[in-house]
Amino acid sequence: MAQRAIREYDGKAIFSKHWEKYFSGFHYGFKSVLVTNGDELRACAQKHGFEWLKQEALVAKPDMLFGKRGKNDLVLFRTNKPGDVTLEDAAKWIDEKISHETTLLSGQHGTLTHFIVEPFTPHSQDQEYYISATTVGEDDVLYLSAEGGMEVEEGWEEKVNEVHIPITMDDANIAHLIRANVPSGIPAENKERFIAFAEQFYKFYRDLNFAYLEINPIVMIGNDMHILDLVARLDDTAGFMMGDSWCDAEFPTAFGMEDQSPEEKAIAEADSKSGASLKLTILNPMGRIWTMVAGGGASVVYADTIADLSGNVADLANYGEYSGGPTTGETKFYADTVLDLMTRHKDPKGRDKILIIGGAIANFTDVAKTFTGIIQSFETYADRMKEHNTRIYVRRGGPNYEKGLKDIKEAADRLGLYIEVYGPETHVTDIVRMALEK
Amino acid sequence: MGALFTKDTQAIFWNNNASAIQRMLDYDYVINRTKPSVAAIVAPTSGNKFEKFFYGPDEIMVPVYRNTKDAAAAFPNADVLLNFASFRTAYDVTMEALSLKGQFKSIMVTAEGIPERMARKMNQAARDAGVIVIGPATVGGIAPGAFKIANVGGTIENIINSKLHRAGSCGLVTRSGGLFNELSNIISINADGIAEGVAIGGDRFVGSVFIDNLLRMESNPEVKYMVLLGEVGGTEEYKVIEAVKSGKITKPIIAWCIGTIAKHFSSGVQFGHAGASANADAETAAAKNEAMAAAGIYVPTSFNDLPGKIAEVYGKLRAEGVIGEIAEPELRAVPKVRRKKEFICTISDDRGDEATYAGYPISAVATPDTGFGIGDVISLLWFKKRYPKWATDYLETVIKTVADHGPAVSGAHNAKVTARAGKDVISSLVTGLLTIGPRFGGAIDDAAKYFKYANDRGMSPAEFIDYMKKEGKTISGIGHRIKSVRNPDLRVSGLKKYAAEYFPSTPLLDFALEVEKLTTSKKDNLILNVDGTIGILMVDMWRALGYSEDEIDGFIEAGALNAFFVVGRSIGFIGHILDEKRLGMPMYRHPTDDILYNVELADEI
Repeated sequence: MAQRAIREYDGKAIFSKHWEKYFSGFHYGFKSVLVTNGDELRACAQKHGFEWLKQEALVAKPDMLFGKRGKNDLVLFRTNKPGDVTLEDAAKWIDEKISHETTLLSGQHGTLTHFIVEPFTPHSQDQEYYISATTVGEDDVLYLSAEGGMEVEEGWEEKVNEVHIPITMDDANIAHLIRANVPSGIPAENKERFIAFAEQFYKFYRDLNFAYLEINPIVMIGNDMHILDLVARLDDTAGFMMGDSWCDAEFPTAFGMEDQSPEEKAIAEADSKSGASLKLTILNPMGRIWTMVAGGGASVVYADTIADLSGNVADLANYGEYSGGPTTGETKFYADTVLDLMTRHKDPKGRDKILIIGGAIANFTDVAKTFTGIIQSFETYADRMKEHNTRIYVRRGGPNYEKGLKDIKEAADRLGLYIEVYGPETHVTDIVRMALEK
Repeated sequence: MGALFTKDTQAIFWNNNASAIQRMLDYDYVINRTKPSVAAIVAPTSGNKFEKFFYGPDEIMVPVYRNTKDAAAAFPNADVLLNFASFRTAYDVTMEALSLKGQFKSIMVTAEGIPERMARKMNQAARDAGVIVIGPATVGGIAPGAFKIANVGGTIENIINSKLHRAGSCGLVTRSGGLFNELSNIISINADGIAEGVAIGGDRFVGSVFIDNLLRMESNPEVKYMVLLGEVGGTEEYKVIEAVKSGKITKPIIAWCIGTIAKHFSSGVQFGHAGASANADAETAAAKNEAMAAAGIYVPTSFNDLPGKIAEVYGKLRAEGVIGEIAEPELRAVPKVRRKKEFICTISDDRGDEATYAGYPISAVATPDTGFGIGDVISLLWFKKRYPKWATDYLETVIKTVADHGPAVSGAHNAKVTARAGKDVISSLVTGLLTIGPRFGGAIDDAAKYFKYANDRGMSPAEFIDYMKKEGKTISGIGHRIKSVRNPDLRVSGLKKYAAEYFPSTPLLDFALEVEKLTTSKKDNLILNVDGTIGILMVDMWRALGYSEDEIDGFIEAGALNAFFVVGRSIGFIGHILDEKRLGMPMYRHPTDDILYNVELADEI
C-alpha cells in the first residue's frame, strides 16, 4: 500500500508516547478519549486518570478522517456559551449523532461512529499557530504559520512559510533552515520557542515515518502545547520497522466509503496471507462486464478500455488483479468469488454477461497452472454462468500459455460455456472490443 | 550516457534467485555472449562457495560471496548490481553498493514497498553518486542482444517471439513490469523490436524516472524512436513534455498514460500501483495524454490503438530511411532436457587426446626438459596453477624435509609392525598414514592456524602467548625434545635460510621468531621447531602469491598442510615397509615384560 490516514486520536497517542524524547522543554497533557457512543464516554469518566471528563468543560467531534468539522457544524464546544459542555451533554450529543445518517458539505454521507472527546481549551486567537509537514516531489516540506485555525486556510499564500528540506540534509542544516524561515508574524517572546518546537516537530514527523502531519491549530500557552486539531497519514510500508511506536494505530476506511463487502474482505484477507497478489474492488454489483485480470498494469488497461469502448462505465462491475504466481487454490478462490458475484443479478436490460479473463504476457507466472484454478471454478459455476448467458473472452501469454489456453477452451466447451481464447498474437485489450462488438 | 548495457556487461546478483539467474544465463547462451552476464552471487546466509547453473547444455559454477564488497573485489568489472533483497533489506544493500565507489554504474532494485523515506534517501544517494537506479518495484530492463535483467521478457520462447534477442530500434520505458513484456511484444509485431527498455518501477519513489531514461536513449544511436507508457498520478510525464519542447529530445516519442478509468471514480479506488493516484487535475491520465499530444508526442486515441500508432511511426521512419533492415543473428538453442552433473572436477581433464593437469598435458610436465618438477605438479593439481620457482622449490624442500624421521616415530613403527605381519605395501602404508593426526604430524596445521590467527588479529607475541595459555593450549610449532637455542635444528636453519633468500617477504615467520624469543627466554628448548617453520612459511608463501586471508584459511581448514606431510612421509613409510620386506623379519610380538598388567580378577567365574 502506501500512505494511509489514521484517526486524530491515534495521532495524538503517538505524540504522547514519544513526547519526552522529541519535545523536551514542552508539555503536552494528552487528555483525549475515543468513543463510539454516549455510554462508552460515561464509562470512561469512571476510570482512574479520566476524572477530567467530569471536572472540565469538554469538546466532542467525530474522528473519522474527514476535515472541516467546524464548518460542518460537527464540533460540540458550547450549549449556551463556549466552554460549557458537560460529560452528559457530550454523551447525549454523540448518541444523537449516531442515530441518523450525516451528509457533509462535500456530499460524503454515512453514519458517524467514532468520536474524540477532549477538554475545552480556553485561548485567544493570537495563541494559535499552524504547523504541518509532508513530502512534495523529492523533498520534505514544513509549513509554518503564525496564524492557526480557519484563518490560515483563507490566505494560505501570504500566511504560510514553506521550508523545503532535502532528504539528505543533516540536522544542523535543518535547524538553520527552519530558523531562517520562521514566519515573521510570530511574536518576539514566542519566537525561540516556536523555532524549537518546529524543529522537534519535523524530526518527529521524519523519524516516525509520517507521510503527512498537520496540527491546526496548535495552541502555545507558555511551554504548554495544546494540539487542538490533528490530521495524520503514515507511510505504512515502514510499519515493519516501527514496532509499537505507532501505538497500534488502525487504518480506518474513509467516512462515507461503504465498508468493504464480505467478498472484498475475503480477497483482501487471502492477499495478506499469500506471497502472490490478489485484489478485488466491486465497482457496480449490477454491472454486466466482469474481469479477472492478471497483473497490476494489465488490470488498469482493461478497465480503461472497457470504460472507453462500452460507452458506459457502469457496465464495468469490478476492478482487480491476481499476480505474482498465485497457487491453483488461490486462483480458484479468486475465480469462485468473481463468478459468484457475477451470477447474482440478471442484467436489467437482459443482455449477456461478459467475463474478461485477461492478462499481459507473464514474466514468470505459469499460465496453465493459474488457469487450472479458473477451470475448477468453471465446473462449480457453469450452470449459473449459462443462466446469465455468460460469454467468456480469454487473452494471455507467458510461460506455458499454449497449454493454459487449450485447457481452458476444452473445459469451457465440455461444460457448454461460450468461450473465445487468444494468445500474444492478439493485442492485449482487443478482446474487449470483440466482446462488445458481438 | 549512451547504451545502458553492452554485450560485456556483467552483474553481481544479490540473493540467490536461482530461476531468475538461470533465465539470464539461458539468454546469454542463446544470444552468444562470451561471458555469462552474472559474475557472482551475494548470499549472506549461504554456506556455499558457488552455485551451479546451466550454460547451454553444460553447467558452469557461479561464485557465491557473503557480502557485496567481497564479490565486487573479485569482479571489479561487474558494474551492475541486481538487488533482489526483500523490502526490509533492499535499502541497506543499495547503500552498501553505493559505498563501493566506482564499482556500480547501475543498480536494479526489485523489492516492492520499501519505506518511502528510505527509498528517497537511497535514490538521492544514487543520484549524487551518478549511479542509475532502476526501480524499486520493478522487473528491470533489457538491452536486447546484450544483457537482460533477471525475469524480464519471461521465457526464452517469448523472448524470441518478442524479438528481445537482438537490438531493434525502439527505446521503451514503462512504469509497469507486466506491461513491459506486452509492449515489447506489440513493438515486435508492429515494428522491429526494441534497442533498450526499462521498467522504472511502480512505487511512489523510484530512482530513475521517465526523463532520465529517455534522455539516455536520445543519446544512444541505436535508439531511433521511443515508446513511453505512463500512468495516472505524478507529474513525471511533464518533464518529458518540457524536454521535447526545449529540443532536448528530438527523436519521435509515442506515449500513452494508462488509468483513464480513474476519472470515473471520485475517490477511494486505487487503480494500479502505489504511485498511481491523481492528486491534481494535471496528474490524471487524460490530462497528461492531452498535454503530450499538444507537445507533438504521438499519442493514440486509446490503449487499444497503441499498436496502430507504433506501426505508423515505425513505417514513417522506415520510409524516411532513418531505420534500416535489421539482420537476424544466428542463435543457439538451449536444450529442452538438461541433466545436472553429480560430480565436479576443476583440476584435471581426461577427455581429449591427452589428460591434462590444470590445463597442461602430462607430456608437457613429465620429463626433465619441460622444466617442471614435482613441486610444479603439486601446485597444478592442488592449487590449480603453476607456482613460481621459489615456491615450487619450497614445496619440494618441505617434502624432502618431512620424508622420514626414523623407525621409532609412531607412524613408521606401525607401518613396520604391519609389514612384519605379512601385509602388503598398501595396508602397511595406510596403517602408518592413519597414525597422522593431532599428535603425530598435526603440528604443521596447528602452527599455521594459531600463528596466523594471532597475526591476523594484530596480537603482540606476548598477547599471543597469553591467549594460548588462557585457551589451555600448548603452542604448536614451538618446542623440541632435544634441540635448543644452543643446539639448533639444522632443518629449521635450512628452511629459514631458504626463505630469507627467496621469499619476497616472511611476515608470519618474523612474528613467530619474536614469539620464539619470548618462549626460549623461559626455557631453552622452546624453539620454533621444524613443523612450525614449515606451516608458518607455507602461509607466508601463499600470502606472497597473492591469496586472500580467507583463501589461506580455507587451505588450512581443508588440510592442505597435513597433505604435504602425508605425501612427504609416505616416502619414508614405504622405505620402512620395503626395508622390512627385504629383511624378512618375522611377525612382531611385543614382549610381555614390557607391559604393565593391571587387570583385576573377576569376583565370580
